[in-house]
Amino acid sequence: MIEFQNVSFSYEHPHKVIRDLSFSIKDGECVGLIGANGAGKSTVMKLLLGLVRGEGKILVDGLEMRKENLALIRRKLGFVLQNSDNQMFMPTVYEDMIFAPLNYMVGREEAEKRVDAVLGRLGLGHLKHRHNHKLSGGEKRMAAIATILAMEPEAILMDEPTSALDPYNRRIVINIIRELAETRIITSHDLDMILDTCTRVILLSDGRVAADGPASEILRDKELLEKNHMELPLSLSRRE
Amino acid sequence: MDKTRNALNEFGMMDEFAAGDSPIHRLNATAKLLCTVSYILVVMSFGKYSLSALSVMILWPVLLFQLSGIPMGACFYKLRMILPLVMAVGLFNPFFDRGIMLTLWGIGISGGVVSMLTLMLKGILCLMASFLLAATTPFDSICASLSKLHVPGTLVTLFLLTYRYIGVLGRELAIMSDAYHLRAPGQKGIHVSAWGSFLGQLLLRSMDRAQELYSSMLLRGYHKHFHYAPTRPFRWKDFFFLFSGISFFLLFRMVDVASILGSLFVSVR
Ligand SMILES: Nc1ncnc2c1ncn2[C@@H]1O[C@H](COP(=O)(O)OP(=O)(O)OP(=O)(O)O)[C@@H](O)[C@H]1O
Ligand SMILES: [Mg+2]
Repeated sequence: MIEFQNVSFSYEHPHKVIRDLSFSIKDGECVGLIGANGAGKSTVMKLLLGLVRGEGKILVDGLEMRKENLALIRRKLGFVLQNSDNQMFMPTVYEDMIFAPLNYMVGREEAEKRVDAVLGRLGLGHLKHRHNHKLSGGEKRMAAIATILAMEPEAILMDEPTSALDPYNRRIVINIIRELAETRIITSHDLDMILDTCTRVILLSDGRVAADGPASEILRDKELLEKNHMELPLSLSRRE
Repeated sequence: MDKTRNALNEFGMMDEFAAGDSPIHRLNATAKLLCTVSYILVVMSFGKYSLSALSVMILWPVLLFQLSGIPMGACFYKLRMILPLVMAVGLFNPFFDRGIMLTLWGIGISGGVVSMLTLMLKGILCLMASFLLAATTPFDSICASLSKLHVPGTLVTLFLLTYRYIGVLGRELAIMSDAYHLRAPGQKGIHVSAWGSFLGQLLLRSMDRAQELYSSMLLRGYHKHFHYAPTRPFRWKDFFFLFSGISFFLLFRMVDVASILGSLFVSVR
């Protein structure tokens, strides 16, 4: 369970990016976090991971975000960054994928099995020994997703997972997200993907919750979406 | 931008060389590391006028180049930035040490010139040896064997992260200079007026990226301790390599093979 209680945060002092934000997410839920550019979606994720500290209370599985709980909380969360270049730091995809399992004391043999299983599942076997800095944007994104899946976290946060992906890989990622049983929080401007994967949507506007409810309702609300710089998902607007 | 692009490719080239396969690549990293360190120590220990004795030491790197299949040209090409520095070290010797040491074809050669050449050769030999180590051993394995040799973990991690950071810096530089040149067509290099902001941005951007990469490591459970990939075990052939390397160095250090060969040649004549 993930809970935000009256959380506020500013990068530069008076200008608040997150304002008095409260919501809670149950285990196993798949939540889409949407909003205009600069609404604060990525910041919410950073707060949740303890990369930045704000006011208010953040709870993960009953653990309060504090320095002594940081390692425990981070163990539970896997984060796919908005920019995959900043996610991969080892020379090859394989080494990057095996990094987290080894840190979490999984034996090397077991870790290798995990890596191969995830690569097979994503259809990325051919990328295993490729050098990270020589991958295309989309390949990097897929590899970044693979590193996080290999970590087997309890909850997965994805910041724009389908940006840079071709329709085929986008579909693979969508299917993966749907299959996962873990808690998932996904930010995206790809509302069709959100509609395909998430049951619930939280709409952020200027650091506040502007709407929170079932995906099928919020993503159909043309007026609300347009007020927040978004449009109806293509699949819904066509049907009208 | 071809320049930065090249610099970048060269940097990646090291990793690619190291990922190759040859009898030398297949040796244990610790054996190679120890052998390289002893080679460098022995080379440094030659006297400042022992040019001819020292010159025989070049056989070792030449042998390794042959066995590993790494092109020697690549070494000098990659090191072209550092070589002048190494050469510059002994440049003033000829001015201080003018005593004639030997005469070749009627031209007197001063001790200064000999010691300058000796210093330069030492520099080149050490660079070659280090290059060979880096080109036949993945950087992670070098770090792994450093920590096996009880070099403090913090220091090893520092090495590793610095190595990675240079890559980040290089890539960031390439992106920025591409962006610059796309909007300043036909310009050679970056205009002086933009240097300040360009450098500042480069530093900020690469620091931001390094910061983010580091948090990405933390998020995946990194805690001051790297789990290096298992390195190749220390086998008999590694022992043999290390032993024969060191014996070779010591032999050539003690016995001036070059002058023995030279005197043979002279007596035959
Ligand atoms: N490191 C930073 N320093 C200062 N301000 C920042 C920093 N990072 C983000 N901001 C500001 O915080 C606000 C929220 O940024 P955030 O990255 O959370 O937006 P977002 O909803 O993820 O947007 P996008 O859809 O473009 O990814 C923006 O106005 C942004 O300018
Ligand atoms: Mg964002």
